[in-house]
Amino acid sequence: MAASATTVSRSGDHPGLRGSPLSRLPDRALRIALTVLAAGILALIAFFFIRLYVEARPAFTKFGVLGFTFDNNWDVSRNVFGALPLVVGTLITSAVALIIGVPVAIAAALFVTELCPTRARGPLTVMLDLLAAVPSVVYGLWGVFVLIPKLKPAEQWVTDTLHFIPFIGGAAVAGPNYFIGGLILAIMILPIVSAITREVMATVPSDHKEAALALGATRWEMIRTAFLPYSRAGITGAAMLGLGRAIGETIAVTLVIGNAPQIGKHLFDQGYTLAAVIANEFGEAANNPVHRAALIAAGLVLFVLTLLVNAAARAFVVRGQHGDRAAAEPTGVAVA
Amino acid sequence: MSAVPASTVLHPVSKRRKRKDVIMRASLAAATALALVPLVLVLWYVAGRGIGAWSWHFFSTDPTGSFLGDPGGIRSAIVGTIMMVALATVISVPIGIGVALYLTEYGKESWFAKAVRYFVDVMTGVPSIVFGLFIYIVLILGGFGGGGYAGWKGSIALALLMLPVVTRSAEVVLLLVPQTLRESALALGSPRWRLIAKVVLPTALPGLVTGSLLAVARAAGETAPLLFTAAIVNGTSFNLGQRMNSLPVQIFTDVGQAQDRLVARAWGAALTLVILVLLLTLIARYMSRRSRLT
Repeated sequence: MAASATTVSRSGDHPGLRGSPLSRLPDRALRIALTVLAAGILALIAFFFIRLYVEARPAFTKFGVLGFTFDNNWDVSRNVFGALPLVVGTLITSAVALIIGVPVAIAAALFVTELCPTRARGPLTVMLDLLAAVPSVVYGLWGVFVLIPKLKPAEQWVTDTLHFIPFIGGAAVAGPNYFIGGLILAIMILPIVSAITREVMATVPSDHKEAALALGATRWEMIRTAFLPYSRAGITGAAMLGLGRAIGETIAVTLVIGNAPQIGKHLFDQGYTLAAVIANEFGEAANNPVHRAALIAAGLVLFVLTLLVNAAARAFVVRGQHGDRAAAEPTGVAVA
Repeated sequence: MSAVPASTVLHPVSKRRKRKDVIMRASLAAATALALVPLVLVLWYVAGRGIGAWSWHFFSTDPTGSFLGDPGGIRSAIVGTIMMVALATVISVPIGIGVALYLTEYGKESWFAKAVRYFVDVMTGVPSIVFGLFIYIVLILGGFGGGGYAGWKGSIALALLMLPVVTRSAEVVLLLVPQTLRESALALGSPRWRLIAKVVLPTALPGLVTGSLLAVARAAGETAPLLFTAAIVNGTSFNLGQRMNSLPVQIFTDVGQAQDRLVARAWGAALTLVILVLLLTLIARYMSRRSRLT
């Protein structure tokens, strides 16, 4: 493709075919305009980063970068801001989301691409993708008024039964808690993880599948020996993109996490996340420069975290697509 | 598949392996069903509780801000969502498609194009609330255009969110335009701008619309970037220069109040929002299926 492209532009420059200088003017203008537009994206992101950093700096100078990130004390009334409870809350809910969401997403992707009848494939795909179309705030609303009350007895039973397991057992269940937050996140990352897993699996050469089947493998053995090893990198990338989403997801979590700036000792304790604290407190922080800077700093930590996770995820997904399909990265239509 | 039964050539599959195969296939099917349970449940509850809140009064009045009396309806929230998302679309779609055109028609695999592509992907991963923070810092702290909350500032936050979605989906679609089509137009002596305007864009149009609609659907459901850019306001606000209400923010604040009548309004607004977003998504899917490129 690249080779044919160069031939095209060269023949376009052929002296015999060249238009008058005037008629080539719009061409040059368009090229420059589009290049400026593209450069604007880079400038925007640089500007973005710098502005966030500048506004967050008062918090970092007051508490230190490490002090801000790892101090376990977020107290608005005393004007002390250590983000550790938020970081921990973000990590716990994201971990719950991955543990619940990723296996289900991969299983669904496998079922849709390999096992289900061809007629069911389209409708199933649409339904899985529709999970992504439900707005975050609607999941939050549903979480508050349906999930929290309905799951509470089950959570109490689990924590009573598994009282000997630290972190899970032996606590009184708070209505809003880490687990509910993680569960909602699991639902929200499921469609992305399964969509990308599907795309990665679509690149498994049919030779591999046929070879496995020809050797006498059952369907499951074919999946295990031909599919999973081939798409492992891509699936890892998909899971990490899910993690990126889970870290940054705001509104649904804000509604069901309890918004208590503490490090919960149990899965069913109330907590807080970086994104939720911004959504909740930013409105009231407008008149308190330290509070505002602390929240922007929380945003910056969130931004950097998602950046790192997404960069790693991209590397995995591109590697998982094995060259030929790397050009059509799966961040487009399928993810949206 | 084959004329010769497999058992004549191969050892029969052992019972144990067969059992494992059936169990694994069944559990994959079960996991798929499990994945769809939340969708069904959410839609079920939103439809059930939302429809009860719907009335003419609900759609024709604005929120009053009253906690005890009549809380009012969601008219200004619907209007606000539509106006802000429309402005965001007008901003983000031309820019997004422009960048995608640069990537496919000019930049291709140059290092600069690769960098742009990479950072567009980076933008996709940025949490929406961070966009809200950014717009707050630049347009409100910066005192831009009066310094207060305004609908158009919310639109810009939404546009930032939509931009990477539009760009990436447009790039995928533009790459599907057959290279031979481009070559033949150039061979006929067409200048590149005309090739783009008369051949590439029309061929890719349905796909471009699909990507844009998906971005619109995503923006319409977003709450976080609007919280401190457009805020919430009671009463009527049909002015993009003023504070503006929106469906997601209305739902978010009503849930936070946890008063029966406000919660009822939240469910009604949620049903309205879900229908709006699902319609956009399904239209987008329908269009992409009709497109000759995909």
